[in-house]
Amino acid sequence: MSQTAPAAAVALSHVSKIFGRFAALRDVSAAFPPGKLYAILGDNGAGKTTLLRAMVGLAPPTRGKVTVLGTEDLRAATAQIGYMAHPTLLYEEMSAIENLRYFAALYGIRQDHPCERAIRAVGLDPALARRVGQYSQGMRQRLSLARALVHDPRILFLDEPFSNVDVVSAREMVHVLAQMRDLGKTIFIVTHQAVLLEGVADEFVSMAAGQISARTRDLPSGLERGAPPARATL
Amino acid sequence: MRRTFVILALLTLALLTYALYQGMVVAPTEQTMGEVQRIFYYHVPSAVTAFTLFLINFAVSIVYLVGRSQRADALAVSTAEVGVVFCTVVLVTGPLWARPVWGIWWTWDARLTSTLLLWLIYVSYLILRRYSTSGQTPVIAAVLAVFGFLDVPFVYLANRLFRTQHPQPVYFGGPGSGADPRMTYALLMNMAAFFAFAALVVWLRFRLERARQDFEETQALEALLQPDARSPR
Amino acid sequence: MSLGEITRVSLAKDLRLEWRSKDAINSMLFFALLVVVIFSFSFDPTAEESRHIAGGLIWVAFLFAAVVALNQTWARELRNQVLDAYRVSPAPANALFISKTVGNFIFVAVLETLMAPLFMVFYNLRSIGPVYELVLVAILATWALVANGTFFAAMSIRTRSREVMLPLILFPISIPALLAMVSATTAILTGEGSARFWVVLLVVYDVVFTTVCLLLFETVLHAE
Repeated sequence: MSQTAPAAAVALSHVSKIFGRFAALRDVSAAFPPGKLYAILGDNGAGKTTLLRAMVGLAPPTRGKVTVLGTEDLRAATAQIGYMAHPTLLYEEMSAIENLRYFAALYGIRQDHPCERAIRAVGLDPALARRVGQYSQGMRQRLSLARALVHDPRILFLDEPFSNVDVVSAREMVHVLAQMRDLGKTIFIVTHQAVLLEGVADEFVSMAAGQISARTRDLPSGLERGAPPARATL
Repeated sequence: MRRTFVILALLTLALLTYALYQGMVVAPTEQTMGEVQRIFYYHVPSAVTAFTLFLINFAVSIVYLVGRSQRADALAVSTAEVGVVFCTVVLVTGPLWARPVWGIWWTWDARLTSTLLLWLIYVSYLILRRYSTSGQTPVIAAVLAVFGFLDVPFVYLANRLFRTQHPQPVYFGGPGSGADPRMTYALLMNMAAFFAFAALVVWLRFRLERARQDFEETQALEALLQPDARSPR
Repeated sequence: MSLGEITRVSLAKDLRLEWRSKDAINSMLFFALLVVVIFSFSFDPTAEESRHIAGGLIWVAFLFAAVVALNQTWARELRNQVLDAYRVSPAPANALFISKTVGNFIFVAVLETLMAPLFMVFYNLRSIGPVYELVLVAILATWALVANGTFFAAMSIRTRSREVMLPLILFPISIPALLAMVSATTAILTGEGSARFWVVLLVVYDVVFTTVCLLLFETVLHAE
């Protein structure tokens, strides 16, 4: 890869995403330096999921540009991106290791070892032959995260990874993610449970009405009420 | 724009009237079929016009896929809609002619069958446009248009083959074959008139579609400037 | 990984999923059986007559059954939005198209193999022409249906009434191929007329439309 890391892992320039009469993202411009863990917060409808999907290439912006790892061609950057959404993105009739083997193959990985490692990293057992359809919601969530990790991407985009997960498992997941951040990965996490990331996230990005209302070092107070905090500098 | 439209409309009207006169009055009565044959002056030009419109639809759909131009999409939907109308005219005038002459409403004549299939293909195109949910309607429709038009040679070929194996009554003998030159003239005049008429209607439809696109643009801009209350999830 | 390897992996995955759930095969088989039985009630042909009409009946039955399979195999990708995981990966779009098409081809071919004897029994059918010719026509015809079918099923994902939309856009475009497959089958069964031109038509149809599918699938997959 290139000698110098790009200035920003992900950059948005006047990005708007409009669905008919509804603007999910309104003229968002931001740059996110690499190697940090970003928590994206906000009420339902604030545009968090849309922002993530725009950065991943699933929802190309109606206006503006998204740049990932220095390139606007998001298809070229796909090998370096890991994505986890609210639906599990898994096949219910296959076991954990079968699912991961398939998705790893899409990234050119032929061996089982990275698959097993990813499954273990989220606290699941690679030898489990049970079909994913029989997992609890929390287990599915964790496996979905494993799927996003299997190809060792440089950037992770996670949409509500902790929902339906018990507190202990959630804390373990946060721990794993923090370790990844320490290894140099850039991580974006959309979550309603910001408290879990307190002390771990490098930055809290608050969204409201399709715009980034604030970027703060610390957990914004009064956050659950949806009141955007006063603009703060880092 | 207004003035050009009025001029073109008047020209088209004049052409249509003149062509009507030629077809219904001036051209001589056909020997074997009688007056009914005059429907020929509507049937054939409609078919040619429909086909030309679908050809334009094909070209414009490819243009859209390459450059994603809004104007290309507007022209695509316009030509498809007007083309279907002309296609319908062909399918209606066919049986209207066949019944008095052959005693049957329909026959799987190669041309008529091909027209029916064309009609089916482009109606399915219009339905796809109507039922498409995502903002990518123009892309999906353009893709279908490419498939649809590429199917046309197969439609004609298959019908041709079918005909050689199952001989059918010939619907309209060729327009030439020793026909009175006044007939040929009437036919050509009607072709010109129908083309003019088609162009006029397509242009109107195109303007309407552009206006709709502009309206959507405006709505989108408004949405950008003022946030909605909570999103409809 | 190359296009070929990802295609193979995707196909293996689809076959494994189908083996475990048997979604597509079961619904297809049952549907085709229903059609055969209903047609049997409506037509009670002599052996001579049956050769003339069987071609049409068989392919109509297979066509409708194929649509059932086509809908099912894409429905699998939409559950839990698994398709997004594919779209986000560097895997080439055409690998997905080819693997789905080949998978569908296998399912429909299995159906045809199981149903053909049934048709022969119900309609007292005995072919005058050689059976291998029938098999050749079946292969070309099935490919024609599933190639366009798989592509159009992917397109119809982005529409309301998805399952109705597929036959609606697929059938008109498939009519020339249908005419060819029915005519060829009838020609072989009855021994009257030549199937050659129809076979050539099918070959050209398959080549042209498979090419177009391969050229345009990426556009369709990544449309939002």
